[in-house]
Order: sequence, then structure tokens, then C-alpha cells
Amino acid sequence: MRKRWLLFSALLACVVSQAQETFFVNGVADKRDGTYAFTNATIVKDANTTLQNATMVIREGKIIAVGNGLAIPKDATVIDCKDKFIYPSFIDIYSDYGMPQQNRQAAPFNFNAPPQLFSNQKGAYGWNQALKADVEAHKLFAADEARAKSLREGGFGVVLTHNKDGIARGTGTVVALGSERENLMILKEKATAHYSFNKGSSQQSYPSSMMGNIALLRQTYFDAQWYKSNPSAEGVNITLKAWNDVQSLPQIFDPSDRLSDLWNLMRADRIGDEFGVQYILKASGKEYQRIKDVAATKAPLIVGLNFPAAQDVEDPNDARLVSLADMKHWELAPSNPAAIEKAGIPFCLTPADTRDVRTFMANLRKAMEYGLSEKAAMEALTKNPATMLGVYDQVGSLDAGKWANFVITNGPVFAERTTILHNWVQGKKFGIKEDSWNSINGLYNITVINADGSNTNYTLDVKGNSNATAVGKDTLNTRFTFDGKMVKISFAPATQRRRPAGFGGGNFQAPAAPLPANATKLTGVSNGDYWQGTGVDSLGNAVNWSATLTTPATAKAAEAPAPKPAPKVGEVIYPFTAFGVGENNQPKQETVLFKNATVWTSEKQGILQNTDVLVKNGKIDKVGKNLSADGARVIDATGKHLTAGVIDEHSHIASASTNEGGQTVTSEVRIQDNLDPDDINIYRQLSGGVTSSHILHGSANTIGGQTQLIKLRWGTNDEGLKFQGADPFIKFALGENVKRTSAATGNNRFPDTRMGVEQVLTDAFQRAKDYEANMKAVEANNKKKGATPMIFRRDLELDALVEIMNKKRFITCHSYVASEITSTMRVAEKFGFRINTFTHILEGYKVADKMKAHGAAASTFSDWWAYKLEVQDAIPQNAAIMNAVGLNVAINSDDAEMARRLNQEAAKSVKYGGVSEEDAWKMVTINPAKMLHVDDKVGSIKAGKDADLVLWSDNPLSIYAKSLYTMVDGTIYFDREKDLQMRKDVKAERLRLISKMVGEKAQGRPTIPAQPSYKYIHTCLDHGHKLGMLEIEAEDADEHDNH
Amino acid sequence: MKKTLFICAAWLSLSVATAQETVYPAKEQKGLLFIKNGTVHVGNGQVIENATIEVRDGKITKVGSNIAIPADDVKVYDAKGKHVYPGLILPTSTLGIQEIGGNAVRGSNDYREIGDVNAGVRALAAYNADSKIINTVKANGILLAHIIPQGSLVGGVSSVVQLDAWNYEDAAYAPDNGMNLYMPSLLAGPGGRFGRLFAAFGGQIQTDPVKQALDRIEAVKEFFRDAKAYYQKDAKTSINIKFEAARPLFEKKQKLFVHCDQVKQMLLALDFVKEFGFDVVIVGGSESWQIADLLKQNNVPVILSQMHNLPTLDDDDIDQPFKTPAALQKAGVLFAITDDDSQNRGRNMPFNAGTAVAYGLDKEAAISAMTLNTAKILGIANRTGSIEVGKDANIVISEGDILDMRSSKISHAFIQGRHVSLDNKHSQLYERYKHKYGIK
Repeated sequence: MRKRWLLFSALLACVVSQAQETFFVNGVADKRDGTYAFTNATIVKDANTTLQNATMVIREGKIIAVGNGLAIPKDATVIDCKDKFIYPSFIDIYSDYGMPQQNRQAAPFNFNAPPQLFSNQKGAYGWNQALKADVEAHKLFAADEARAKSLREGGFGVVLTHNKDGIARGTGTVVALGSERENLMILKEKATAHYSFNKGSSQQSYPSSMMGNIALLRQTYFDAQWYKSNPSAEGVNITLKAWNDVQSLPQIFDPSDRLSDLWNLMRADRIGDEFGVQYILKASGKEYQRIKDVAATKAPLIVGLNFPAAQDVEDPNDARLVSLADMKHWELAPSNPAAIEKAGIPFCLTPADTRDVRTFMANLRKAMEYGLSEKAAMEALTKNPATMLGVYDQVGSLDAGKWANFVITNGPVFAERTTILHNWVQGKKFGIKEDSWNSINGLYNITVINADGSNTNYTLDVKGNSNATAVGKDTLNTRFTFDGKMVKISFAPATQRRRPAGFGGGNFQAPAAPLPANATKLTGVSNGDYWQGTGVDSLGNAVNWSATLTTPATAKAAEAPAPKPAPKVGEVIYPFTAFGVGENNQPKQETVLFKNATVWTSEKQGILQNTDVLVKNGKIDKVGKNLSADGARVIDATGKHLTAGVIDEHSHIASASTNEGGQTVTSEVRIQDNLDPDDINIYRQLSGGVTSSHILHGSANTIGGQTQLIKLRWGTNDEGLKFQGADPFIKFALGENVKRTSAATGNNRFPDTRMGVEQVLTDAFQRAKDYEANMKAVEANNKKKGATPMIFRRDLELDALVEIMNKKRFITCHSYVASEITSTMRVAEKFGFRINTFTHILEGYKVADKMKAHGAAASTFSDWWAYKLEVQDAIPQNAAIMNAVGLNVAINSDDAEMARRLNQEAAKSVKYGGVSEEDAWKMVTINPAKMLHVDDKVGSIKAGKDADLVLWSDNPLSIYAKSLYTMVDGTIYFDREKDLQMRKDVKAERLRLISKMVGEKAQGRPTIPAQPSYKYIHTCLDHGHKLGMLEIEAEDADEHDNH
Repeated sequence: MKKTLFICAAWLSLSVATAQETVYPAKEQKGLLFIKNGTVHVGNGQVIENATIEVRDGKITKVGSNIAIPADDVKVYDAKGKHVYPGLILPTSTLGIQEIGGNAVRGSNDYREIGDVNAGVRALAAYNADSKIINTVKANGILLAHIIPQGSLVGGVSSVVQLDAWNYEDAAYAPDNGMNLYMPSLLAGPGGRFGRLFAAFGGQIQTDPVKQALDRIEAVKEFFRDAKAYYQKDAKTSINIKFEAARPLFEKKQKLFVHCDQVKQMLLALDFVKEFGFDVVIVGGSESWQIADLLKQNNVPVILSQMHNLPTLDDDDIDQPFKTPAALQKAGVLFAITDDDSQNRGRNMPFNAGTAVAYGLDKEAAISAMTLNTAKILGIANRTGSIEVGKDANIVISEGDILDMRSSKISHAFIQGRHVSLDNKHSQLYERYKHKYGIK
């Protein structure tokens, strides 16, 4: 006899009162201690410990005991959990449960609108509205029963919630998902401190870029440190105080942006490294694409399970515009948790990124199908988050003394067919699926006591809570529902239906015909094996009835899913886009002998005919005739031209943001903080012979950001792109852009004229000078014995300017017209330094003599003009004149497309200005190398220099010349023959993925309409760029929003 | 005998002018003119070595290798060792209707009107023949340009102008020869900043862009249907100037230039041929290589956007835009090459063609794509586009291969036989500052 009454008693006993002492009670006291014993259960105490046929006792919301053969307290309500499983309930470490609604995400810097220069937040807070370190989630927390309910349904019992707004977001609080007063739900008031790369509701212009986000965080660490000394100059700063107060908590950083840029994770971790903080990082879902880099951060991860849906790519014109990277990500995203586990990275799982908890659970099973272990999944939802939050003594496993937070299921918790029956939060039951607690399946004998006292018997075959068949003389047309307590049965004789011809076998079920109005209708209450109730018969007479279980169906325990073989997926390629290759196929450094080439040395030797060049260990080993080398790969270069790799002095590829336009002076931001090694333009430019690119900040402001020289090592990581040992540079800009000429609604940011630009420069360096003097005074003071130590506020913005004045950092200055060029040189001279390079410099030819006297180099476009007012006097002979006057002149691209053809651009100086071919070629090799202070390493063909070489099919200045090989550090990163094979590979892989997606649709799985793979590109916004149909200028993206 | 022999040394013979105001349009050519000893690229694929061209009163009267030059008072240009080409035609341009690029100087913008259907708006009416940009373009061998109004749907009427003129009426070479339709995009948009990713992760796309675009295209078709009906009306109580402006299109005196890149847009452009019988030209066509055979079957020509573009997707062959012309040539599509770069306004057109040659296009086909093909597409092939008898003497002489910046140096240009000045703002500023620094 099964004890179904237990279910009933459990239902009644759900009010475990934890009434608070201080609160008024409107009624009489009803104190209960909520003692329960859960018996005969499979209890999974934690991922490593499972007890069979065990008992758990709870009292007053806490677990008293867990084990086998426990004595059950007399006052306990016993709940028989035969065939049931008990698990610690899950913990979501990345929730905003109970937090206020957030405003829309803020826009990046908009060239066309006036900026908000100051914080709108009133009060004694910090200067930047995106720093909300003072926000405390436990003070904002207001329980939200609807969300709590849906989380409980997914098995969650506790969440860490925080206000997801701002770059510094204040503290998070650990709360239980019960329905008691908030006071009782908070398990830990201040559990964590939170950060992000998203300024959230702040509309303040700064920061408007990824590098700005990073700079703001770095500066704030310094400011907070300084603030500890209570500097009178700062007064009370609630934000900085709060920042300092929360540093001892676990620090959680969500580096995601709307592109779910994988590299943000590494970017955030580096901030932590600088300040001795190990963040717990929110993962983007793409970690598998660079798992080694992710593991190297040593950061614990918070992993969401947002797997993109298959796209509907049946229409080849739609499929055409979906990129390989997007399709591969669709295929591989479910393998991300497994990759993270395999890499040994501690992690938690969160439903934060999935539409709802149900999707989360479905995706979790998918992740397990792709190799995530059950144990890791369990720990990622229980022990790991509890440990990271410092609440493992309270939750996260089923051990005596912890909160009675657990779920009861009818099978292994992750199995697809398993149902969560109960979710207990702090000893209080929440029924999730009561009606599934017991299987009612089996054969019942129904006795209907007719109005005349006679009995009619039926047999009821119950197959489920809404599926049963009554049989009298014949099988009856039956409707049945059971909701855990109430039973409804109605039936009528089945209408004769002919079976379709040829349809044999007993499995045939006639489609349910509607019941006639005169069907027999019975309702009643289940009391376990015995049901009884009332009803009407086919004549409308009232009847009574009862039913007794005669043969229970054999209980089928929900079994663990048979391990399916892991799905077959494509390989991870580096970079994760077309023309990336697998780890084992990455190009390697080689010993190469170029035989019999025309060698353009870009040195005094000029152009050498029939010459050999040997490359060894990444360096140019020898240049000469009849060279040989053992084991060298020999490349016959007869009739071909070998040159040093092209160096692009002005480029904006391979970076996640270009302009920090939020302020006029942003020397604190650094391109190096947001390099993007996955940019296809790296590969495309290799095909045009480029080997080094100077990645500049844009021209949105007078003093822009710090630049980064890179080598085009396609396939490497962000750090691997950096040109090691190069002098640091910074971008300045003058003229129309910095005075915001194109701002359609007017400009409110100083400067608005070239007069103001000169003032900005003078002011910045004057401040820097004073800053340096002060810094030295403080240092001197602090060296003195017995002196009261002084604390100095480090200012990253001024640090960079001090470096310039001390000739440790060098300027490349966007400039156009003669006046601004001259006045900028004069400001520099006043402060004792020189402008290293004027870039663009389209009126350089007018002041070339002055530039020469100053000592500036010039990096210009070959022939651009007429794209705005300040370039009306630009001429294609500019480079030639400056060269003739004796300046060091380079031709640059500032454009991802043109950078592939810098050889052609150099040739234009031959055409327009009659420059010699040898000199023209230097304008894209040794001249920019000199400008960038790396001419000891690159820019010419000379023994001992880096083997950054290009073998051209023709005279490199000819339009018909193509790079056959482009080598960086002795590694051939572009090989025109190999490229042909890679194209085939790309096509084959695309085809495979398209068929796979089409297959998804064919199988009736959900698909979304095909999404063209738009590309958000970053440019200086100085001039037009010819955009492809899928390209969107990132800074313009908001305008697109409005259409 | 007063035979004037011009040495091809335009670069040396420049006067030290200080403003382009002294660059005068050339006077009408009268009598005989000869260009001798040149390698003549006819424009139709043919090359004639050591050829002579005879020009009389602005027209080409003879072309060949054995043409006698009379010992009279005639002008003779010796093109020995040089290349002679038909004057290049820039098939898409805002020359003369936009002086200063970008959006910072509204006053200089006369290339785009307000409104969706601007059938009557004429580029020629705003054309400034004194634009400083024109002469810089001419100096690279471009003698004719197709001036196109931009727009959001029906942009207006374009014209072909010759680039050596006092005013727009002088400049008009083929006035009002094209109607310009800008095909709305049929791509699912990103749906807001980074919306694609939002959508890819389960978000909803706001509107169906394809349906929206189709509705807009249908509106254009309705305009043409209504126009057609309007023409049938005997007694008109009022004149609709938009309908009147579209009349030449129905009379095949005008072509419909459909500006689009996507395959589906191009298919819809073909639909305009089917329904209205218009002479349709695809302008842009960056994806045209995908449907080259179909374009050929429908005899729809393409004015191909510049080669110096990035591929559409990361996945595309890295040289796709470079090799698109070769694909069109292979399929037999009639196509022209343009330069729609906003930083140079078209003067790099020959180098775009040169890049196409580096990536598989025949050299002479590249020349045709800037001359005879272009003339055919613009409906002016009976007058220009090749160095053939009976055509206007629109001719350029280059010291070397005009497709390669390494060798392209235009020494002479003739428009309707007039020897036009190649002086321009740039060469003048060059001279001015060479003077300052004493550079020889």
C-alpha cells in the first residue's frame, strides 16, 4: 500500500514560519519549527557524494542531518521520497533578481551630437556617472515573486544579485528565492563587488570606447588609492570611498559588450593584474575560440549558456551573407562549457544569458552532450558559486548546518525526462510539479453507484495524468485529468471508426472524437489508491462513484540518459574566421633562401640585381650572391622582386575601438589595451605586402590616445601582435575633427576653433609640467628621513604628457593646414620637445621648410583631397615636395582597403612628383620605420634585421605587382599559392555548415531568419571609407539605430 | 610651311600660373589635326602600332598606319613611344555638383534632393563647370563624366558632360540621358546597434526589411505605371512634371540606372526590364559576379563600382573586388569600370582598371571598360568611346601604360578635337611651391 496521503500532508504543512521578531503580526502567533524528514531518497549531497536510500532531516529552515539509517525525530513530518532524488538547489551567481529596471545602453561617442561632458548625478559622488561603486544591491533588493518562481522552477534556490548598471556597479548581495520578507532572504549583504565595460545608464560622453573604459578603471584604482589619504583637494567623494570599501570582496567583472567580444575577457583580466586583483570574469560564450588565452588569465569564469539558433539559410542569397565565423560559432557554442572544463578553469554556470530557465536547462543538457561532465555541471551550479561567494558554509551542498535549500526530483536532475517536483527554500516548500510526485498509472476498478442503487463497474487504465481509457463492455471514448488531487473522468461509447486500409497492429488509436453531451461525467478526489466522488450518468442522473487501484503500473525509474556520442563538429581555427587555420597548421618560422631576386634594399646599396637573401631564425641572415644554406627552403625568385615588408604608419585595423572622443584630452587611453587579432584585414593586408602597422587612435580630439605598433602575425593573440621593443607613441589631432565641425547640432566641447586647439595643447602641457614638478617635490620629500610622507595622485593622462616632454613618448599628429601645423610645432618647442611625425599633413608642402627646421617627419596620403574644407589645397605632389625639401616622408593608408595597395600609393609619387622609384619605395619601408624608431629592426633588407620580407611578382611599384609571399619574422604568413587552397577550404567548410543548418530546419528544429554578418569597423572618421554592403562604421552605428 | 610640332612635354611647358582661373577651355577645333606614331588603343580591343589619327573639325576622319600628313598649316602631335587612348569616361560622378566632400559644408552640396521620387530633378541644372576638381580629373585622362544625382529612391536625371567647358550648356554632351533609381536594401538590417547578434541570440527583428523594400519598389513601379497611363490621356487638364520627366525613359531616349549591389536587388532590376521594357543598367553591382550569366542572358550591362574595395565578407576571396571585372568579362557581360572614391572624385579610375588587369582582366578589355563599353552603356557610342572614323576626337596621350601609375603620365588630351589644357589646381600649387623651395 503506497502512502499517497503524504503528499496531501506535505501540501498542508508548507507554512514554515520564520516570523521576524520586530514585525507586527496581524493575527495570532503561529510559530512552527518546520521539522521534516525526507526518507528513502537518493540524496546527492554534493557532486561527489550520493547517498542511496537515505534520509535528510530539516528543522527551522536548516538541515539537521543527512545520512543512512538516521533516527527520525518524533516531531518530524515524514515525506517518503522513494524513487526520488534530492539535490542542493542551484545558485545563480550572475543575476539582477529584485533589482530596479535598467535604462537602455548608452551610445559611444557620436560625432554628430553635442556630448554630455559632466555627470548628471547630483551629490558628493565621483566625477564619472558610470562609476557607481557606492550602489549596494542589498539596499535596492525587492523580492520579485514572478521571477523567483521561474528560477525555482529551474531548480535555483539562491542567487547573487547586483545592479547591472555602470562600469563600477557596487556590491552584490546573496539572496534566497523564497517568498518571505526580504530581511530573511538576504544571506549575505555585501558579497561581491561588480564591474563591467558598459557604462549603462550613464549618458556622460566619457568613456565612449573600450580603451576609455579600461583607462577609467585604471585611473580610478589610482584615485581610490590616493583618496585613502583623505586629500583635502578632493573633499568627500562617496564613490571613491565606496570603491575602497568593497575591495576586500570577491571582484566580479562582466567584460562583455554587445559584440560579445572574446578578447574583452583578457582585457579585463589585465586591469586586475595591474592592481593585484583577480577578477571572477563573466564569459562571453566564445572562450573555446581562444581557450589557452582564457586559461592563462587564471580567472574563475561565470559561464552563460546562450547558444545561437540555427539560421534559415535555405535561400542561397541569404546563406551567402552569413559568415563562416557565425556559422562555426553556431556549431561550436555548445562545446564552450566542455572546453572550459577541459582547460581546468573553475567556473559557475548562470542562466543570465538565456531567455528563460527552461532554455538554460535545455542548453545545459546540450552542453553535456558536447562533453561537459555532470559533475562539473553540478559543481558549477552549487559548490563553485557558493565557494566564490563565501557562502559555502550556508548553501551549495546538503550538509547539516546549511540552509535547507534543495530540490526533489523524480530522476537525475539533468536528465531530460526528469521533473523537479519540489524546490525547498530555507525549509519552505515550493511545489513545482506536485501532480508528478506519484505515478497514478495502473488499472483501477471504478464502481458507479447508480441512482437506483445498482452498480456499474468499469476498468480504468491510467497511463498518465491526462491519459486514461475506461472500459465497460467495450472500450469507451474517455477524457481524463488528474491534477495531483482532483480527478475528472468522462466517457461515452466509442463511435465506430473504420481503420485505414492496410493499417495493422494494436497501436492504432482512433483520433479522439468529441464526447457527446450525454457522456457520463465523474469528478472526485484522489486519496492515493482510492478515489471517490460524484457525477452524472448518460441520462443526467446523479451518481456516486469510487475507484480502487487494482494493478499498479510497473514504476519505471527515470534513467540517466544513455551517453550519446559527442556530436561531430568542425575544428577551432585561429583566428576564428575565414582564412584562420587549426592549431597544427599555423605557419612556422623557416629557414628560407630567396634565390636570384631583384632586391630592393631600401638601403644605400639601392636595388641589387640577381641577389640572394637568406633568412634564418626570423632574421635576415645574409644578402649576397650565390648563397646556400643547408636545410633551407629555397624559393626561386628569378624575375621577381624582394623588398622589406611595407610599414603602414597610419592604420586603424585590429583594434576594438579607435576613438575615445569623450573629452578633448585623452592621453590616458591606449590602443594596446584593445587589440583585436581576429581582424580579417590583417590577412588581407599581408596579401598586399604589409608587415607592420601603426595602429592609431582616431582624430576625435586634440590629444588622442596612445598608439600601438603591431606586426601582422595572423593567427596570434592580442599580445602576440605587438611589435616588441618599439618606442611608445601617441596620436594628436588638429583642425576640423577636433573642433567637431561635422557636429550637425552644434558643438559644446572646447575647442571650437584652431585658436582653441592651440590653447588646449598649451594648457595640457603646462598642467603636465606642473604635475611633474609636484611629483618630483613629493618624491624628494618622501626620501627625506622624518618628513611626513606626501601622497601624490597619479594621473594617467598627464603621465603620458610628461613622457612626451621627457622624450620617452612620441607624437604622430593628424594635421592638414599650414597654420595648425606651424602653431603646433611652436607649442612643442615652447615645452622643449618635437612633434615626431605629422600624419595626413596634406599642406605639409607649404611649410616643409619649417617642419624640417623643427625636425618633424611627414606621413601622408598619396593623392587624397576634396573630402572636406581643410583639404581643399591638398595636392598629390605633396610627398614629392616634402621629400625634395629633405623631410623624412612616408605614404600611409588610414584605410583598411588602401593598405593592401600601399605599393601603388607609393608609386603615385613617381607619377605626380617625379620621385625616383627607389625613393618612392622607401616611403613605405625604411622611411616609416625611421619615423617609428624601428629602423634598426625593420624597413630594409640588411643582415641582422627582422626577416619581414615580401616577394613581389613584378616591380613593386607597378599596379601589376602582387605579393607572392609575405613573411614576418621569418614566418610566411601569406603565400599566394596556399591562399588558393584556403579559399577552397573556406568554401567547403561553409558548404558543410550550410547543409547542417538546412538539416536543422528540415528536422523541424527552430531556426531564425538568416542574419547577414555585419561587420562593425573602426575608422578615424576623418574621411569617407568605401564601406561594403555588410560594413557599418562602428561610431555611426547609432545613427543606423534610428532608421 | 608652318607645321607646328608639339613636343609631348606638358609637364615642362606649364606656365607658372597661380590660380586655375587662368585655365581656359579650348576653342573649337577647325581644320586638320594629326596625332602620329602612337600606339593607338582603339577602345574596341584593337591596338594599332605606330598609327596616325587624322582629325577634322573635331571629328576623327582617319585612323591607320599609312596616313599621309599634308605639308600644310596643320597641327601635328608626335606620339612616338607613347600610348594613345580614347578619352576616358567616368560613368558615375558628382563632379560639378559637390565641391567639398563630407557633410560639414552643406553649401557645396548639390547632388541629393529631398524626397523619394524625384524624377524631374536634373543634375545638369546644378553642374558647375568651374569646379576646381574637374581639371584634376581631366589631367588623368578622363574627358567625359556621367553626372548623377543621388537619392533615396528615384534620385533624378543624370547627364554626360565633357570636362572642358565654360558652363553647363557648353559641357552638356548627352544631356538628361539617364534616370537613376536607388534600390532599397533587401538585407535584414542589424536592427539597431549590434542587433544582429541580439537577433542571433534569440531576439526579435523589428521589421521585415525585405517586405519594406519591396513595398518601396512597388511604389516606384506604381509611379511608372501611372506615368504610362498618363501618357495615354488625350486632353490633359494639368501637366505632371514628374511624369513628363520620365517620358524619355519610355521612349528609350533615356536609360534606367539602377544603383544596387545585392543579388536580389539586381533580380528586381531585371524585373523593370520585363515590366516596362526600360533599358536597365546596374550601377554598383559588387555582387554581380554571382549572377554574371544571368545578366548576360538578359543583356543587362553593369557599371561596376571600383575595384579598390574590400570584399563583402571575411569569407570572400581576398581579391574578390579586384577580380570581379574578369568574371564579368568571362561571362560576356557588357560592363564599365568606375571610380566612386570620395577622396579623389574619380581620377583613379584607370588604376582601378589596372588592378582588374592584375587580377585577370585583359588589358584592352580594361581600356574598353573605361571607353567604348562605357559609351555604349551611356548611349553615346555613336559619338565617342573609341578612336574610330566618324567619332568625336576625344583622345588622350599618355607617356606610358595609362593603367599603371608607375607609367601613366598624360601629356595631351583632346575633346572634340580641341587640345585641352591639363593644368589644374594641383599642378599650379605644385609649381607655386617648387618656386618657393627652388625645386627644379
